Parts: sequence; C-alpha cells; structure tokens
Amino acid sequence: MTTIGWLQILIFSGAILALTKPIGVWMFRIFEGDRQPLPRFFGPIERFLYRLCGVDPKEGQDWKQYTLALLLFSVIPLLVTYAIERLQAVLPLNPQNLGAVGPDLAFGTAVSFTTNTNWQAYTGEATMSYLTQMAGLAWHNFISVTSGIAVMLAIARGLTYRLQPGAAKTIGNFWVDTIRGLVYFLLPISIVLALVLVSQGVIQNFSSYIEATTLEGAKQTLAMGPVASQIAIKQIGTNGGGFFNANSAHPFEGGNPLANFIEMVAILAIAAGQTYMFGRMARSQKHGWALFSAMAFFFLIGVTTAYYFETRPNSNTAMQGLAVDQTAGNLEGKEIRYGIANSVTWATATTDASNGSVNSMHDSFTPLAGLVPLANIQFGEVIFGGVGAGMYGMLVMVLLSVFIAGLMVGRTPEYLGKKIESREVKLAMLYVLIFPLIILYFSGWSAVVPYGLSSLNNAGPHGLSEILYAFSSAAGNNGSAFAGLNANTPWYNITQGLTMLFGRFWMMIPVMAIAGSMLGKKVAPPSLGTFPTDGTLFVLLLVGVVAIVGALTFFPALSLGPIVEHFLAQAGKVY
Amino acid sequence: MADLKKQELSLFAPEILRPAVWQSFRKLTPRLVIKNPVMFVVEIGAVLTTLIWLRDLVAPTAQSQPLWFTANVSVWLWFTVVFANFAEAVAEGRGKAQAANLRKMRKDTIARRLVNGKREEHVPASELRKGDVVVIEAGEFIPGDGEVIEGIASVDESAITGESAPVVREAGGDRSAVTGGTRVLSDRIVVRITTNPGESFLDRMISLVEGAKRQKTPNEIALNILLAGLTLVFLFACVTLVPLALYSNISISVTVIVALLVCLIPTTIGGLLSAIGIAGMDRLVRKNILAMSGRAVEAAGDVDTLLLDKTGTITLGNRMATQFISAPGVTMTRLADAAQLASLADETPEGRSIVVLAKESFGLRGRPIADHPQFIPFSAKTQMSGIDFTDNGTLRRIRKGSVLAIRQHVAGIGGSFPTEVGSAVEAVSRQGGTPLVVCDDAQVLGVIQLKDVVKGGIKERFAQLRQMGIKTVMITGDNPITAAAIAAEAGVDDFMAEAKPEDKLARIRAEQAGGHLIAMTGDGTNDAPALAQADVAVAMNSGTQAAKEAGNMVDLDSNPTKLLEVVEIGKQLLMTRGVLTTFSIANDVAKYFAIIPAMFMTVFPEIAPLNVMHLASPQSAILSAVIFNAIIIVLLIPLSLRGVKYRPVGAGALLARSLLIYGLGGIIAPFVGIKFIDMTLVAMGLV
Repeated sequence: MTTIGWLQILIFSGAILALTKPIGVWMFRIFEGDRQPLPRFFGPIERFLYRLCGVDPKEGQDWKQYTLALLLFSVIPLLVTYAIERLQAVLPLNPQNLGAVGPDLAFGTAVSFTTNTNWQAYTGEATMSYLTQMAGLAWHNFISVTSGIAVMLAIARGLTYRLQPGAAKTIGNFWVDTIRGLVYFLLPISIVLALVLVSQGVIQNFSSYIEATTLEGAKQTLAMGPVASQIAIKQIGTNGGGFFNANSAHPFEGGNPLANFIEMVAILAIAAGQTYMFGRMARSQKHGWALFSAMAFFFLIGVTTAYYFETRPNSNTAMQGLAVDQTAGNLEGKEIRYGIANSVTWATATTDASNGSVNSMHDSFTPLAGLVPLANIQFGEVIFGGVGAGMYGMLVMVLLSVFIAGLMVGRTPEYLGKKIESREVKLAMLYVLIFPLIILYFSGWSAVVPYGLSSLNNAGPHGLSEILYAFSSAAGNNGSAFAGLNANTPWYNITQGLTMLFGRFWMMIPVMAIAGSMLGKKVAPPSLGTFPTDGTLFVLLLVGVVAIVGALTFFPALSLGPIVEHFLAQAGKVY
Repeated sequence: MADLKKQELSLFAPEILRPAVWQSFRKLTPRLVIKNPVMFVVEIGAVLTTLIWLRDLVAPTAQSQPLWFTANVSVWLWFTVVFANFAEAVAEGRGKAQAANLRKMRKDTIARRLVNGKREEHVPASELRKGDVVVIEAGEFIPGDGEVIEGIASVDESAITGESAPVVREAGGDRSAVTGGTRVLSDRIVVRITTNPGESFLDRMISLVEGAKRQKTPNEIALNILLAGLTLVFLFACVTLVPLALYSNISISVTVIVALLVCLIPTTIGGLLSAIGIAGMDRLVRKNILAMSGRAVEAAGDVDTLLLDKTGTITLGNRMATQFISAPGVTMTRLADAAQLASLADETPEGRSIVVLAKESFGLRGRPIADHPQFIPFSAKTQMSGIDFTDNGTLRRIRKGSVLAIRQHVAGIGGSFPTEVGSAVEAVSRQGGTPLVVCDDAQVLGVIQLKDVVKGGIKERFAQLRQMGIKTVMITGDNPITAAAIAAEAGVDDFMAEAKPEDKLARIRAEQAGGHLIAMTGDGTNDAPALAQADVAVAMNSGTQAAKEAGNMVDLDSNPTKLLEVVEIGKQLLMTRGVLTTFSIANDVAKYFAIIPAMFMTVFPEIAPLNVMHLASPQSAILSAVIFNAIIIVLLIPLSLRGVKYRPVGAGALLARSLLIYGLGGIIAPFVGIKFIDMTLVAMGLV
C-alpha cells in the first residue's frame, strides 16, 4: 500500500461525490422537471421522435401497460440482434469476412446485451463484424440502459408520488422516459465522452486490421474499429462489453492513465447521481444522501479490502519462493501503467455497479481480493449498481429494512409515508429469492457434471470460484468474468443466457408490481413515531440488511471457493 | 363467578403448563404445523433424519453418520417443533382457563319473556331470540345481551368487569345496555334482547380469549411471507451446497444439511410468532378490553391521533368550585358564607363542591336554617338558584347564577353591578373557568370560580404520547375560551370547542384524508357514526348497544383513559415480532461459524481458523448449534408472552436500542450459547 495508491482511491471517491449532485439534478430535470435541461438543441429532436413513434407524451400508462411496453422493447430487439448475429456473414460492414455466429453463442450474446449484462463468451475482434458490434450490440448499450432507468423511475414514482383521490394511477410513459433518456442524457454524454477518450488515445475508425512489425521484428495484427464510441456508452451505461477481448486493459480501449481514470469515474457517476435524483423525488435530499452513504460504505470497504490483500506479499506460501519481487504486491494480470490501486478500484467499481468492464484480470487476484468483486455482485448489484437497476434493487432492500425497522418501533412499517403491506413484502421477497436461486442452482449443477467442468482451466477451489463468478455475473447482469472458464460452450451459453434473462426480467417485474401497488397508497405524515429514513441509524440498518441477505445466502458457497482457497494458500497448497 | 382481574393466572402456573405440554405434542400433526411454513420445514427435517436413523440402524452404509449423532439431531429437531408448539399452547392456555370460567357463567337461566307486551312466560334463556322482550327483577340474572327499554336498576356487572360496585342501567340515554350473565340488584327493568343465542357478548368473549377464531393480522401475514421467503432462500443455499461441496469431493450427509438448514431458517421467530399474537390479545383482555379483531389491536399501534372527550377522559367528571373572588368591600368569609347558603339545597356536583370549598377554605359548616327557608331550585329559564330565609327578622334573598341572570336580577331590585366584579368574571372566563355570581338581595358579593379539574398525571401522559409521535385532540362542548384554557392546562396538542357529534365525524374524516390514523372512545348512540369511522374505536361497556357495535373494541371498565394503554399494547405486539425477527436472523452468523467449518474440515483441515469457537469436533459443533436453536425458543417464551417493554421515546431511539439488544445481542448470544453447549456435551462425554 502506498500513499500515491491511497491518494488515487481518494481522488476517485471525491470525483464520484462531486458528480453526484449535478448528475442527480440533471436527471431530475430530464425525467421529473418541468423544463428539459437542453431544450433549444434537443427539444425538436424529442418532439420529432414522438411524432415518428406516434407517442403522445401526455398520455400516462399504468404499471401493467408500462411493463408491457418495457418487455416488448426488450424482446423485439433481442430477436433482431439474434438475427443480425446469425446473418452477419451476408450483411455489410464485415471487412474481415467473419462467419455467422453459432446459435447458442448468438442466443447468449443477444440476451447478454439486451439485459445490460454484456457478458462476452467470445473474442470480439475475431467473432463480431463491425455491423454486429454497432447495430446489434452497441444499440443495446443504449436501450438496455434506458430500460433500467425506466424501471427505476417507475418505482421511484410509485414510492414518492402523492396521488389525489380518484386520480389516474399512471406511472409515467415508458416511451417518453426512453426517448428523453436517450436524447437528453445518454447521447449527449456519450458523444462528449467519446471525443474526450479519442483525445486520450482510444481509437475510432472503420479500417481493417493492421499488420505491424514489432521492435523485435515479429509480425503482429492490430485490431481496429469504432472503439471510442462504444467505450463511452459501455462505461456510463454500466454495460461493460468491451470492443476487444482484453476490455479496458487493451491500450486502444483503456487509453492512457487519464483515460483510465475518466472511464473509471464513468462507471459509478450516474448510479451515484440517481441517489440524488431520488432524494429530490422523495422531497428529502438527506434521504438521498443516506442511500448514497450506504452504497459508499460498501464501496470503501470493498476497495480497501482488495487493495490491502493485493499489495501484500502473495498469501500463498508456495509462491513466496519464486523469483518475484513480493514487496510490490500481486501484479499478475494487471497493467503496469495503471498499477494496483487503479486496478482494484476499477475491479471494485465495476462489480459494485454491474458494469463488468475490466482493466485487470480478477481471476489473478489473491483469493480474498478476488472475493471482493464476487461478493460485490452477490450483494445483489445494489452498491450503486447498474444504471437504474442498482437504484431499484436498493429500493427493494430499503423496503425490507424499513419493514423490519417499522415492526421494531411498533408501527405498521411505512416508507416515505406509505405503508408496506403483505403484497409488497411478497413482491420484494420474490425479487430477493430469484437471485440466489439461479446462481446457486446453475453453479451447483455445473460443478458436478462433465459438460460443466470440462471448460474449466483451474482445479481446486479456484475452479469453483470461476463457476460461481460466471453465474453471479450473469444473474447480477454484471458481465465481468473471472476468466479461466471457457464459457463459449452450448451448456454455458444457454444456462448463462437463461440466468441473465431471469436476473433481469424476473427481478424487474416484481419491482414494477411494487411500483404499481405503492403508487395509490395514502401518505401518512411523518411524526416522532415514524422511523426516520435519513439518519446514520437508517444507513447502518440498510447496510446490515444488504450484508446479511447477501452474506447469509452465499457464505456457504463462498467458503468453498475463495475462503477455503485463502486458507489453503496460507498452508502452501496449490492445485 | 369468573372475575378476569382477580383470577389472573401467572404465566407458568401448573394448570396452564400441564395441558400445554400435552398440547405441544398433539400439535405435531402436520395438518396443524403446515400453517407455519418455517416449522413445517423443521418437521419435515425431523421426519427425514428419523427415517435416516432407522435406515442406518437396519442397514448402515459407509457414508453413514454415527447412529448417536443422527439420533441426537433428529430428537432435537423434534424438540424444536415441540417447543414452538409449547409456546403457542402456553399462550392459549391462559385464554382457555378464562374461557372455562366464563362458560360457567353461561348457566341456563329461566327468562321471563313478555308476550304481546303483557303476559309473561317462562322460557330457557337459550331460547331467546333477537327482539324478544324480557322482565328482570331484583336478584335475577339478566338472560341475554340487550337494551333497557323500561325502568331503572342497579346491576352487578362484576362477573364481566371485575368491578364490584354496582352500576346503574336505565332506559333511554347512554346507559341502557345490559350484558347477559350479570345480575340485577334492585328494582325492575324491561329489556329488549339484541342478540341471538351463540352471538352474545359472553360467547364472543369466550371465543376471543380462547383464540378459537383467531385470524392472522395484516402485519403478521406480511411477516410470515418474509419468513417463508427467507426459509426458501436458505433452502436453496443448503440444497445447492451439496453439489458445490461434491465438487471438492466433500459429501455432506442429509442429516448435516438438514441440521444446517434448520439452524439457518428463522425458527426462533417462526416458532414464537403465533404465541406473540395470542399473548397480545390476552394482554388486552387482562386490561378488560375486548378487541373484536386482531386487526384493531395492530391498528392501535399505528394510531397517530387520539380524539379524546374532555369530560371523563381529560378532566374529572364535573366542574368544581375552586376559588371565591369577593366584590370590593365584601369579606371573603361573607361571600363564602352566602355561596354556601345558596348551594345547600343544590344537589348537583357543582353545588356540592361550593359547599365543600366554603367548608375547607373558611371552616364554614352547613347549618340548619331557622324559619322555613325556601329553596329556589335552578331552572333553565332563570339561570339562578338560591335561598330565601328570615335572618333576625329580615328576609334575605341569596342567589347565585350566571352573570347575565344576576345582573338582571340585581338591576330588577334596584342594585348595581360593580365593574370590579365584571372584570373578575372576565378573568375567570379567560382562564377556562365558569364564573357564578353571588348576590345577597341587591348587593353583588362576588364570584365563584367553577373549573374543570384536569386528572392528575394526564399532562405527563400526553407528553409521553407526543414523544411517541401521537397527537391528542380534546373534544368538548365548551366555548372556545374555556376549551383553550383546559387544553393548555392538560397539555393536549389541539382541541375542538363547541363540538357536536357531526363535527367529530367530520374531524375524523378530515384527519384520515390527511393520512392520519385515528383512535377515539365513545359511549353514546350519537358517537356511533364517529366510532364506526375511526380506525380504532373503543366503546365503553356502559354505553349504548349502538356504540358498542360501531366500535372495534369494548372497554369493560368504561374507563376512557385506557385508550392510551391500548395504543401501547398495539405497539408492543409489533415490536415483539420485530425484535425477535432481528434476533433470529442475527443468530445465523454464529451458526455459520459453527457448522461450515465442521462440514468441510475433513477434506480441508486448513479451514480450521474459521472454527472461531474452537468447538470440540465437527459433530459436536453441529449438534450444539441444533440444540441452541431449539432451546432458545423455550428461553424466549416469557419475552414473547410478556412482550418487550414499550418506552415512550422517539422511533429513532427505540430502534437504536432494539438493534443494540436484539441485533448485536443476537449476533453475540449464540456464540456464547453454542460454545457452552459444546463444553457441556464434552463434559458429559456425549461427543
């Protein structure tokens, strides 16, 4: 651990903190404000798109109509992407003449991008044509984000709106939220960010791959492509699907250290800003900051733990005899130009936020440092979380926390003045249940069958961690991989595809139903008897509930993976 | 006679425990256990481990756990269910004992039914239908619930209320309801029966205390869903652990995985949940309040606005004379003397209080007055009362009455009304008192201040309520000035002056529209609409049938101040569930540290540092966790039946305290407990 390292982590945290309010205010103005933030430029575009799509922006939808629109807007693009992948050989923009993508991989990939997971079981530069990358995949990088935002808006409105008796129970208009999200939010940021990244060494072209001669005189093929435009949205949209297989560790994708820092900030900034926006919707900025604090708490614990274990001499006593400078910490699988601090910060941020992009190989972390990204995902992707998804996931956790707290203070639990009753508890539990179910079910299955084990490159507990990581990443719609596991097999493509679908939509639908049932509830004014949701106590309670729900569920499985691996390493055992 | 107050059974009286033990085994029937998903899972686990033990007994396999281990786990799993059943049986026990006493009261008396309003016929009370009219005379039992339609009588209701002083029941007005099973002590009344057999108050009371028709309350249902959900989560985690462990060549036996599962699922709260609910209702019954539904009890905890009638709730029933203010040139003694004389024949509580005040302040005694005094009774028309008598040969006409009346009276006989007295009158009114002016012939002597006397300790009570986040609103027919003064003295948050019953209803609606939950008490028929509208409505048992039917609780003691206790009991009920849920979940941390290392130790001995409690052996560790899990249910029975203590502090402080005791305590306690059991097992040579 070095002062410079800590300083980098500190500066990163400060940058997120500083951006939270402006992004929150901006989002509030886009989705809930009376006046759009960039009306002169973008107003005509917004109105044109409404006309083009036949959307009446004043028409509200109830939660069922809203959900239906959301599902249609996911399923149809899913099918289109699948078709593009299968037909890419005969479609234009394929200078490398790449063949059709296999059916199981095409399914897994289409699902992966639709669900904002961006799990990549393939090597991008060797599998996907430019058309597939842009029209098939990059497109999802935008609309999967707006879908996440839409669900968050729905539940935020359900929780915070105070309907007059007899008012229509509408929760917004999915098409309006989507178009505004694209026009005022994602497109402007992406364009600006892409230009900034280009200035810092990230490439953007349509040329075919370049043959280069290295200093040693060897021949090398340098993959090219429209990278910067995809990286911008990959980072801000918590997508994480890299253009290249090495993701942001690749010099053309990750750029220089400044570009790395900007990309890293982009991972968390929007999710953090959502807490501020929610605070404003809830008419309690302090409550927004309380949510932010709970998330920040987990982030700081995670990054500190990972940094601590990565900078110590390798815990595996068998490794300590090797001719490696142990005092530098564990540099395996890391880019020297980023260093340990930036690598663990990225690893923590990318798994906190269901982003999934990487600038180092999580697989090569020491066992307990590697536990951090895995546990981050298993906490349910609510530590900032995916754009939209993290916030609505956290709100479900808040409902459960407030339910228990409410009982403890002797009142029917209520959140923002609205009572939490059996219907909401039922839906929240449905949301909580599906996540461990799919992860543990498919991991358990894969751990004992030949077709699950055959693609594993590591034996021992580390192999199990890789399987657990893969399904956790899929269920949490994260998309990062622990590597070491070849996931491009029919078994993994299909099970991962299903896991991603369940992890996305089976969790979105209960959230939408909660939004619907909370919307029309009467609001009780707060009193001294109401449990305050804006203080330290609330933050601690929320942290406790998230930790307990996550830890209690996954502790047995984790103890067979990274935890036992740690103890084995200390005893000098290798596999 | 069944007297709920006096025959209160202690929690663990043998007459409750003995049948409870038997009940807890009888309740093992799957048909009953399935209502509790958490316990049902435990029972399935118990059956499964028993079957495995039997199989191993007959045909042991290489992977079999030792027989003693499987047997022990199995027995303790059965105990877990039995203990949960026991908690419920004890909670029900006291109610059953009370119900048995009440049943004795339902003896079949012979009713004297009036036919066509004239002829009497003798029929068994059980044959009375709604609408029948019966006659009851002194010494007879009232055959059923009804309403007095003729006559007035004193009735001994101690059977229901435990209060030995007889109460008056009369036709018309707000004291017309009578309850079956109570006894008429004097006079004769004619009663119209208002319930059919089996629906009487007594019947309802029996089924309530027995918990026969207990339905789960909304919060209980929600909590049950949460617990069932958690049980499912742990079921996934445990079942999938088998293949995940198999990956590392660890084969986990079914017995061990069942043990882990039972330890993780929230058995503590799951086992005590229904006992908590029953005990909550029971606490109300012991306070002599009958709740018509558990829902109402829960709602009481949520109430944030109390509408309280001034008279009887905030103030003692009547106004009392508290001060004399004499006119210039008149001595206090003379004023007091005249006031006392004017009130001698005044039998109203106000009149009596004047006599008493004069006696206490100036040592004046009521005395016989010579020469045929003539008392002038109060009339609504004159607004005065007083006395005419001859004192040493001169006729004195002493009057007391309202300011206006005395002013006119004095003016009429040529006297004048001093301005000082006028300002004294104003001062009294301003302070919320009622001024009475006294005059002796044409001379105005001064003012008597009548005031409502606020009940002792009520101000502190309201301050506590404010801490709990509950607003109090005083309802009174007084004018706004009087009302404001009393409101300030009693420390209520708000008041409604010159309130009519319709205003009460309107106020409740308005508060509810603002999201508030309202509790109120009432006894009159004109309170019925407001009682029906309020979220928690406690009707006085002395009130009319209409009021009792509109409310969702009946207070047998007819003590309106008890509303505050109802609120506390409601809160206690939810809090007890909340803290035990927290405790139950927090326990899991220690259980993991006991069981996880034990499961993997054989293949990965390196995992030993996770065995932070240094438990003797894997089997001892698992068994200790299972035993702790079962015993903790028994240890927490007293808490769940008594309920956690409610403290009138803000929600934040309350939660911080609960989290500290039951959250943090819930993490630490099992570490100590499991280690202790492990050491005991080792000492006993069992492991």
